[in-house]
Amino acid sequence: MAVITFEGVRKSFGHNGGGFLALEKIDLTIADKEFVAIVGPSGCGKTTCMRMVAGFEFPTAGTVNVDGHRVTGPGPNRAVVFQQFALFPWKTVSENIALGLRNKGVEKLEREKRVHQAVELMGLEGYEGAFPHQLSGGMQQRVAIARAYVLEPDVLLMDEPFGALDAQTRTTMQEELVRIARRNPRTVLFITHAVEEAVYLADRVVIMTRRPGRIKEVIDIRSVRTAEKWDKYERIEDVMDLESFVHWRTHIWRSLREEKSGQDR
Amino acid sequence: MATAQTTALTRFQTLFLGTIGILLFLGIWSGLSLSGLVPKQFLPTPFEILSKFVQLLSTPFAGGTLQEHLLSSVLRFAYGFFLGAAIGIPLGLMIGWYRLLDEIVSPIFDALRFIAPIAWVPFAALWFGTGIGGPILIIFAGAFPPCLINAYRGARFVNRSLIEAAQMLGTSNTRIITEVLLPASTASIVAGLRVSAGLGWQSLIGAELIVASTGVGFMMVQAQLNISTSIVMSAMLAIGLVGLCIDIILRWVEAAVRRRGLA
Repeated sequence: MAVITFEGVRKSFGHNGGGFLALEKIDLTIADKEFVAIVGPSGCGKTTCMRMVAGFEFPTAGTVNVDGHRVTGPGPNRAVVFQQFALFPWKTVSENIALGLRNKGVEKLEREKRVHQAVELMGLEGYEGAFPHQLSGGMQQRVAIARAYVLEPDVLLMDEPFGALDAQTRTTMQEELVRIARRNPRTVLFITHAVEEAVYLADRVVIMTRRPGRIKEVIDIRSVRTAEKWDKYERIEDVMDLESFVHWRTHIWRSLREEKSGQDR
Repeated sequence: MATAQTTALTRFQTLFLGTIGILLFLGIWSGLSLSGLVPKQFLPTPFEILSKFVQLLSTPFAGGTLQEHLLSSVLRFAYGFFLGAAIGIPLGLMIGWYRLLDEIVSPIFDALRFIAPIAWVPFAALWFGTGIGGPILIIFAGAFPPCLINAYRGARFVNRSLIEAAQMLGTSNTRIITEVLLPASTASIVAGLRVSAGLGWQSLIGAELIVASTGVGFMMVQAQLNISTSIVMSAMLAIGLVGLCIDIILRWVEAAVRRRGLA
């Protein structure tokens, strides 16, 4: 079980006049095993939302709870996948993946078994002994996802995980993530500014306003996905052609554009 | 004339220009002492120094040959240097990680580090007499601060997301220091060790001038009492050469660390 709740969350950075209000009146409940994507214009505080669940930041007012417990710091029940991968450059692929298990005190044999499973899940066979700098960006992010999944966390937090990848790799990773999420469902909070990605991956898409970020709209994609049977399509482009997909993508685009033009004014 | 920023010199040109510099230096020096402008006793010629240097390798002076004195100096240096690294590096990483410790330690450290190592000589003599502890204390005073500062800086400038990644994986504070801060700061630490070795080696000579009964520094004091300038300069030459060797070894370590991608 892992339910994430934001209750009346406000977050400001800095103080004494030099600060700014990043987030305001954030109320959101993410159900167990639900995949929620947050989209919003840059600087709207969407990453900050994720960081407060991770325990890297704390709300200025209001509470962020996971399973009814207020978040007091980072922990392995809430694994994070970072945009810039954040792999340990001096550790091999296996060592990177194994670190969380070692910290938990998982025995060596069990650890090796689980690392192997994660390696298989992410298609990293043959790269176990490689160092991160020897891998492409896409492969590095696979390692980072394996490192998160191997912990079997209640919550998976992903901060623009595919933002640093090229378009093709990005598409592959999105398809893989859907595959993995189906096999191994988790509560996921996914931060992105790519609208297609959000609609393709998420059960619900949260649209945020420009700074100070507030929740503008929450869109239920899951019911559309089920009704229109998106899951029977293997490839992302087939889903992206569907009328229902196009409808919501365009809806979210417009909503975001309003925010953007408001920002430019 | 081309400036340093605009021209890249070939390896050969660098070597050539460097050789010209050295020859010019030796030439002017020899000229000065041979011409009689400067009394020979004040400035021996390079050749005299070289022959004295060779002679000192076989003929004992002040209780030992040059290499025997050097050996005892190098041993003292090694003790002080390793002590400085063994305390400075962990402490630097720790104050780089624990904010509270930083606040407690930094003011004291910032005040103490501006005191030249040689200023500890009276206390070295008082606390340790002529024993090995005195020079070690002085070398330590020279070698410790760069170790601490570079480990501290390395730890403070570790990529924030690496630390966050370690934290979300449930890594304990101690393990973050040993498994994240230490490897991430290796390049900075090794650079610190080089500075540290330089300062330590320099302080050693100062320490030996006063508290030791063997060593190159001690040898220099004895030679000075005999007004034997060529021995003093031979010792200076030996100090320079050993210092260079230490630096070359550490530079090699630095390059090895870079190659392994621990930057």
